[in-house]
Amino acid sequence: MAIHHKVLIIGSGPAGLTAAIYTARAGLLPLVIEGEPSSTSDQPGGQLMLTTEVENFPGFPEGIMGPELMTRCREQAARFGAEFITEKVTRVDFSSRPFRAWVRETEYSADSVIVSTGAQSLMLGLPEEPRLIGHGLSTCATCDGFFFRGQEIAVVGGGDSALEEAQFLTRFASKVHLIVRRDALRASKIMQERALANEKISIIWNSTVSKIHGDDKVAGVELTNTQTGATSELGVTGLFIAIGHRPNTDLFKGVLDMEDSGYLITKPGSTYTNIDGVFACGDVQDHTYRQAITAAGSGCMAALDSERWLEHQH
Amino acid sequence: MAQSITTLTSANFDETIGSSDTPILVDFWAEWCGPCKAIAPVLAEIATEQAGNITIAKLNVDDFGDIAMRFNVMSIPTLIVFNKGEVAKRLVGAVGKGKLLQELAEFLPNSH
Repeated sequence: MAIHHKVLIIGSGPAGLTAAIYTARAGLLPLVIEGEPSSTSDQPGGQLMLTTEVENFPGFPEGIMGPELMTRCREQAARFGAEFITEKVTRVDFSSRPFRAWVRETEYSADSVIVSTGAQSLMLGLPEEPRLIGHGLSTCATCDGFFFRGQEIAVVGGGDSALEEAQFLTRFASKVHLIVRRDALRASKIMQERALANEKISIIWNSTVSKIHGDDKVAGVELTNTQTGATSELGVTGLFIAIGHRPNTDLFKGVLDMEDSGYLITKPGSTYTNIDGVFACGDVQDHTYRQAITAAGSGCMAALDSERWLEHQH
Repeated sequence: MAQSITTLTSANFDETIGSSDTPILVDFWAEWCGPCKAIAPVLAEIATEQAGNITIAKLNVDDFGDIAMRFNVMSIPTLIVFNKGEVAKRLVGAVGKGKLLQELAEFLPNSH
């Protein structure tokens, strides 16, 4: 027998938890299948669990730590009766109602589903990555920066997360090289200014990492110049990857409409997907803004869309 | 009764690992590591459910960096299973309970 809820929320970043707060306050007793622990951003709480200070979330003039913010959102949802399961959904069936989702053998059903599975960090795709992850190669600066005290390391990427990581890592490392594919940074102006002003950060433009050296730990990287194709060596003992994200939508392939890049498609100005009663919010359907506050905003939209849709059933 | 998690320090590390009758899983962690916090409840559950089969212990890398270095820990959480005093398995990164139990299956009796 399936365990039935009016609203099922899959994913628990700012979008999912905001949807949970709203639907819980509306008395819909949502079930949140929040994901399971991981060292990537595909985990309960989402991408903010791997960040440090969040300075741009309204209401926190002194800033707030990302994990702390997410813990508070979760408590707020729980306070109004949201239920949580710390597992990953393994399969869904949205072809008939009630909609169904499984965690391995356990079946859940719901009148309405809110998808907020977010996005996770991309890796470089080099064959040596699986071997070296945890041995000098990392996707989590806040977890691993500590182990590189006094060492020379590199961060790959030119966006806000790459710059935030580089900045954070200068607390430990003697020098942080920022490896940027183009001749410009994607990051916001304030982050760029901070990075450029930091003496410990040096930027290597127009370059990609083509090889990571080292048998049992990172012992340097080979760089390829994107303009000339010339290769060079960089002697670093640590490499942090922050080159962007891909949406966590493998679960919904062939079920929900998505772009070639995997982002879910929602009807403009709403959170409606191609399936009536299934809504999507947060980074899983947004490759433009990708902020905690926009995710939270769309989580609220999904909750209201779902609430109103449920009222018109029967 | 919940079995408590053993706290390791430089003073008791070798002794505890060397004298353990069961395999012992050491969680290398730190206060500032989000994924470490995320797996703490998972480890607590396993400590209780598998009491007598496997010992769960934790080592704070902030306080005992020398031990972390000895085992080349460069990323946390790192989980190292010691069996009869030897490193038997090493897992880097946080995982869910199901996945962790799969990884630990070889150290646990076949109980379903």
